[in-house]
Amino acid sequence: MRVEHELHHRRRGRNWGVGLLLVGFVALIFGLTVVKTLSLGSIVELERFDHVARPQLVPQEGAAQ
Amino acid sequence: MTDASMTDLSYPGAPEAGLKDYFALLKPRVMSLVVFTALVGLLVAPVAVNPFLGFVAILCIAVGGGASGALNMWWDADIDAIMRRTKSRPIPAGKTTPGDALALGLALSGFSVLVLFLAAGPLAAGLLAFTIFFYAVIYTMWLKRSTPQNIVIGGAAGAFPPMIGWAAATGNIAIESVLMFALTFMWTPPHFWALALFVKSDYGDAGVPMLTETHGRRSTRRHILAYTVLLVPVALGLGFTSIGGPIYLAIAVVLNLQFLGGAWQLFRRSEEQAEADGYAAEKKVFKISLGYLFLHFGALLIEAALRPWGGSWQILSGLVGA
Repeated sequence: MRVEHELHHRRRGRNWGVGLLLVGFVALIFGLTVVKTLSLGSIVELERFDHVARPQLVPQEGAAQ
Repeated sequence: MTDASMTDLSYPGAPEAGLKDYFALLKPRVMSLVVFTALVGLLVAPVAVNPFLGFVAILCIAVGGGASGALNMWWDADIDAIMRRTKSRPIPAGKTTPGDALALGLALSGFSVLVLFLAAGPLAAGLLAFTIFFYAVIYTMWLKRSTPQNIVIGGAAGAFPPMIGWAAATGNIAIESVLMFALTFMWTPPHFWALALFVKSDYGDAGVPMLTETHGRRSTRRHILAYTVLLVPVALGLGFTSIGGPIYLAIAVVLNLQFLGGAWQLFRRSEEQAEADGYAAEKKVFKISLGYLFLHFGALLIEAALRPWGGSWQILSGLVGA
């Protein structure tokens, strides 16, 4: 049987508060990521953040013709 | 949060700092003015901001303001314990330790500046970092205890939020944001000194030089009038920028006449007259000053809300032409 320490009772409110703040922080960073990513507009812009060689990002010679 | 809180393990009955005590370290009442003026700075800017990014920017400015409040309480814990008005703050009341306030202030400063940088770019983040530094170091640690002009300098830190809000939206500094800064900056001294004239403070006991005590009440009355005179062109000038308009100007003219009239009345009064009527005029000017800033920024919001219909100048000319 697990006996809860008295400290856990005493700090329950504070622990819940800190937990909620951390969840809020994660949501904030996630939201920022979504908004910033969507605002890039083009998929090519998005792929610039991928550290993998992308042949389609290299301007092709004579592509305009 | 610190070694001190670990000692609570051996004293189960000892008072435990709750979240509301940590929240009180952030000076929530000051934060509300910061949020309002920053929000106006962001909304009146001529650039549409993504609502989520706008929310994050305002949150960061509020948290940054709160962080500088916590740093202020950490440094001023000694004098807060002496003065009646500040005795019940979390540190002198024994609810949190100075170390807690320092840790919270530093952590929230880092968080707010970093997240604002991600959300709104380097200028807004840089301005917020400078504001925190200005309030915590230049004002709190250096000038607050060394000059009776401390309230003027402290007012600068409180004047930055609309400028940061504007920078978060536009990424630059413009005459409009500088004037919004100047409006709050010039408003702070007469607002605070009007209060100092009728509230018996114990700053002197705490060793904080206040104008009423170092230069006397006559000089304070002169200072109130001087700063109010300087405030008027700033407030009216804002009406002729891209964020102003006839509605703002009409409201500003009324408010400035009221404030200037009140400051003139305070200047003309002697201490005997003030004591005889229980500082009625001083209380009235303080009340006027409370509405003064709120209504100026509120008028800017009205002007911004009318922008989709061509702005208030165009609406007015349409009404006159009709």
